[in-house]
Amino acid sequence: MPNDKSKSRSLLIKGGHLIDPAAKINAPMDVLLRDGHVAEIALPNKIRGEAAEKFDARGLMVAPGLIDLHVHLREPGQSYKETIASGTAAAAAGGFTSVCTMPNTAPVVDTAEWVAWLRHPERGAVVNVFPIAAATRSSRGAALTDFAALQRAGAVAVTDDGKPILDDDIMRAALRLGAELNLPVVQHAEDTRLTEACSMHEGPTSFRLGLRGMSSTAEANVVERDVTLAQEIRESRLHVAHLSTADALKAVRRGKRAKARVTCEVTPHHFVLLDQDVGEYNTNFKMNPPLRAASDREAILVALADGTVDAIATDHAPHATHEKQVEFEHASFGITGLETALALAITKLHREHKIPLTRIVELFTAGPARVFDLRGRGSLVRGNFADVTIFDPKKRWTFEADKSRSLSHNTPFDGWQFTGKVVATIVGGKIAYRTE
Amino acid sequence: MNKPARGSLLGIEHMEDEEILGLLKLARRMNPLKARPLLRNKKIVLLFYEASTRTRSSFEIAAKSLGAITTLVQSSGSSIEKGESLIDTGYTLQALGADAIVIRHPAAGAPHLLAKHLDIPVISAGDGMHEHPSQALLDAFTILKHKKSFKGLRVAIIGDILHSRVTRSNCYLLSRFGAKITLCGPPEFVPDVAATLAPGLRVTRHIEDALRDTDVIMLLRLQKERLAGQKIRVQDYVERYQMTAPRVKLARRDAIVMHPGPIIRGLEITSEVADGPQSVIMEEVRNGVPTRMAILARALGKAK
Repeated sequence: MPNDKSKSRSLLIKGGHLIDPAAKINAPMDVLLRDGHVAEIALPNKIRGEAAEKFDARGLMVAPGLIDLHVHLREPGQSYKETIASGTAAAAAGGFTSVCTMPNTAPVVDTAEWVAWLRHPERGAVVNVFPIAAATRSSRGAALTDFAALQRAGAVAVTDDGKPILDDDIMRAALRLGAELNLPVVQHAEDTRLTEACSMHEGPTSFRLGLRGMSSTAEANVVERDVTLAQEIRESRLHVAHLSTADALKAVRRGKRAKARVTCEVTPHHFVLLDQDVGEYNTNFKMNPPLRAASDREAILVALADGTVDAIATDHAPHATHEKQVEFEHASFGITGLETALALAITKLHREHKIPLTRIVELFTAGPARVFDLRGRGSLVRGNFADVTIFDPKKRWTFEADKSRSLSHNTPFDGWQFTGKVVATIVGGKIAYRTE
Repeated sequence: MNKPARGSLLGIEHMEDEEILGLLKLARRMNPLKARPLLRNKKIVLLFYEASTRTRSSFEIAAKSLGAITTLVQSSGSSIEKGESLIDTGYTLQALGADAIVIRHPAAGAPHLLAKHLDIPVISAGDGMHEHPSQALLDAFTILKHKKSFKGLRVAIIGDILHSRVTRSNCYLLSRFGAKITLCGPPEFVPDVAATLAPGLRVTRHIEDALRDTDVIMLLRLQKERLAGQKIRVQDYVERYQMTAPRVKLARRDAIVMHPGPIIRGLEITSEVADGPQSVIMEEVRNGVPTRMAILARALGKAK
């Protein structure tokens, strides 16, 4: 992991507008980074300390480094789709300084050894990598993994992402053990008994295309059950991954009102796209959970604005061309998302739906940092890690999939015009990405 | 990736009215017994990933009547069995000199995928639960032999709508020309969302309601191979929805009874109705040939 090795290096970010929701700052501020940490925050031109390097941030927004709670970097075992090096390069280009990796690799990350392997410097990560480990052995949903050992090795949460934990007793046991260790259990909420052979959302579009549809109920039922368990089990922590339906949001709201430790994330594609956007079987619009109905998207937009949603996460899911250029029903689920997330949020949430930039930054920084307790991140107060994202909220640009840093190009946003672009991504005080 | 080649037939939904009417007109001029060899030396591949009797032989006879050479490629006994992708199979057939591909596939959208990657026309012979455009065209052709026009025509489609590509294509075709369509069956087969398929569609659970004043009765086979996980008691279905002679009497006196086949006697239809005076089921099969001759002639630019 690239981290605090940049000793004796200092960087002064000068002339920018700092948005740090956790510190309640939304004002012009200079930021001095030294030795991998935040050394000083001060009003413009008020920083006394010397800096080896300066970054001219005039006209730009300076924010805590963005954190993505949900990425698939495909290692170990599927490096033809993505590697930790290529995936984190894409993350840096998208403004992310930290990514949390999903364990559904080959093999599944269900041991402390694999967690350590993911974090080893030889993987070539250019941003911080926080592994999420499997909740059950091989993610088979039968026997819990050794949460304590996984946590000691650096896992920040456990999940069987892609293979939901349906068995009540196993989920209860996972939440109980998680509660003891203060470790969040992340659930991909899908009642797979109801979604066999389904490839998109169930509605008029799936009916028209002759595709079997996943009902909203298949997601909501599992979230309902999990929230009930989270309320039952003291101090347990439930995190609902890539929430996509209005009904599931209702369950999350219920849990939050009851003061259960329930959090949730939504993806950019779910707040931007609809089921009907699959058009004539475009497999770059096939993901799980699927794109939903307009009423679901409306509910998500409301929840993003009102604070019900804790984080925006990409569910970056790279796949090789040969896995997508096949019959829709046979195509792999998932799309890439690291390089388009912030631009989608600014273009759609801020400019179109008038959600303040401070809230958007919160959803990418303080929000996710809280969900997994990423200490020293998500805010730029003195002493925190020197992870900074600098972006231009007005810059117009066009995303071109074939210029992506990801090894895979399975994105529905190829050729989209955005407003808002990452200018520089600083990880541990070092510039990991800088726009040309 | 490109646009489908001219002459491709992927589905009825996105066709222009004139294209449909043009094909129906052309089909009326096609006579398999004295056809000009419009497609002499043209190579047409019939790429079938699913079982078929009617559609396959109908396309083959249509092609041969026009002088074309046909080759049948089926999933068993070909490289498809060895795991070759649909696109690679398509490239291979194109490289072998195919002038057009007729494809039947269990996955919805398979013809679209093929068409996006090939330069030759792709004709859907049915894709999964999506569309079966040549069947809708031959059904329209058949209806027009018995009825003056589609405008105001009452059509009842009864049975397993959910899994039926024939229904989707027929709804897209008939509704755009003003037919009033009623979909009828149990909720497992006719979900409420079915009414969103096309304008002017109505859903009812009661067969008496569906049949009243109807001009065209279309029946569908229960597709056991697509019943994944659904629990329908065959006996209940027969009792409520089987087309019997007394039920046919509920429709208009000059109503016609249609079925895309294969029919399962004693299940969705009795022999009395299938072989009865109002049945046009065999006529549909016969009309498949001139309709598909028209489709192939148009696909290869010989539609003049």
